[in-house]
Amino acid sequence: MRKLVIAISMLALAGSAAFADPILDRQALMKERGKIVGGLSKVVKGEEPFDAAAVLTQLQALQANAEKLDVDALFPKGSDAGDTTAGPKIWEDMAGFKSVEDKYLAHVKAATAAAPADVDALKVQINTLGGDCGTCHQTFRIKKG
Amino acid sequence: MAWLKRLVGAALVLGCAGAAAGWPLSAPVRLDAAALTQLGPGDAAKGKRIFYAGGCTSCHAKPGSQGDARLQLVGGLELKTPFGTFVPPNISQDPKDGIGGWSVEDLANAMLKGVSPSGEHFYPAFPYASYARMKPSDIADLYAYLKTLPAVAGKAPGNSLAFPFTIRRGIGLWKLLYLSNQPVIPLPDGTPDPVVAGRYLVEGPGHCGECHTPRDFAGGIKKGEWLAGAVAAEGSGVVSNITSGEGGIGRWSAADIANYLETGFTPDFDSVGGTMVDVQRNMAQLTPEDRAAIAAYLKAVPPHPNGYPARKKTVN
Repeated sequence: MRKLVIAISMLALAGSAAFADPILDRQALMKERGKIVGGLSKVVKGEEPFDAAAVLTQLQALQANAEKLDVDALFPKGSDAGDTTAGPKIWEDMAGFKSVEDKYLAHVKAATAAAPADVDALKVQINTLGGDCGTCHQTFRIKKG
Repeated sequence: MAWLKRLVGAALVLGCAGAAAGWPLSAPVRLDAAALTQLGPGDAAKGKRIFYAGGCTSCHAKPGSQGDARLQLVGGLELKTPFGTFVPPNISQDPKDGIGGWSVEDLANAMLKGVSPSGEHFYPAFPYASYARMKPSDIADLYAYLKTLPAVAGKAPGNSLAFPFTIRRGIGLWKLLYLSNQPVIPLPDGTPDPVVAGRYLVEGPGHCGECHTPRDFAGGIKKGEWLAGAVAAEGSGVVSNITSGEGGIGRWSAADIANYLETGFTPDFDSVGGTMVDVQRNMAQLTPEDRAAIAAYLKAVPPHPNGYPARKKTVN
């Protein structure tokens, strides 16, 4: 009986993994990433006051988000089809795609580790991260109508 | 099918008209003496601004290069279009492979009239249809700045185009239709200075309309849909509508636009992408005043709905 329960729950797990939509999952992750960076850029622009603790919390959230991006799981073969703006270059140059993602993660970790003490320090970090966004979107995303 | 229609249309204009209407009409026309006297001495410091406003490096740097290597204007990017593949040439200061041997008049004729030093038409993939609106003194400043950049040997491969686009002379007729030094958007007297300054940057050196405006059957800009966005002429996907019309950037404030040009972040928590990435990095080199001027002009242009077809949504 116990074996059966385990078998069924394993099947259910496998099933839910297979039926999860990687396009929706990666879009949710990107949306969250954009929101966090957007909040930080408000601080850089001076629209919101600089609060070191709050900024660090946001950077940590950004790192957690970046660590969740599992390229193999979220960009499986065939997931270029459908309602997605992921460009075909992702699958043509998977190593290149992973390397820009790794570079971004390294920059986020560096930002968290350095814990910016003022808005100028944060600005430098956000510029670097924004540059990473552009570098990836330049090659690996296609804007559609 | 739209492409086919456009190709046939362009072929008709270039081919038929070229044969019947006129050899003399299609002759390359250089700048007149009056325009040449406006060139002036040229100032490299001012020319740097024109260089980044014009985005020379986006097409003429070695593809994929980063940082200071972007200033090695060796050419070689492949622009794959329905007319064939255009390859921007070496415009570094190398006297043999680049333009190190050009005079300032040569550069002015190239940018304002689309005519090479040897008297041939350039293809309008080189966006002289926009540069034609530039002040000759800005060309002289740019010339002075280009002189400060490195000479790099090596010729880029030539274009590979389909007939009849291989007939350069046909471009003379295209120019009669589409080459003008007049502004696209008339602005009434009393228009605020930043809007007028922004118009110059966007319509002239910035050549934003080359990608952001749909083209007609002969590859000319549809001025009635100015900046409405378009199917990308090169590669795949679409180029954004940057008017305030439906689908455009009406919800962006002028400050949002200026910030996007500086940082690459959109107000809706997205980032710059595609070929605009290089453009944005060039715009980031301009002064805040120049970016604010571009923003002020974009807020002032007539709104249009998207100049490209709606995306097919998949139904789940």
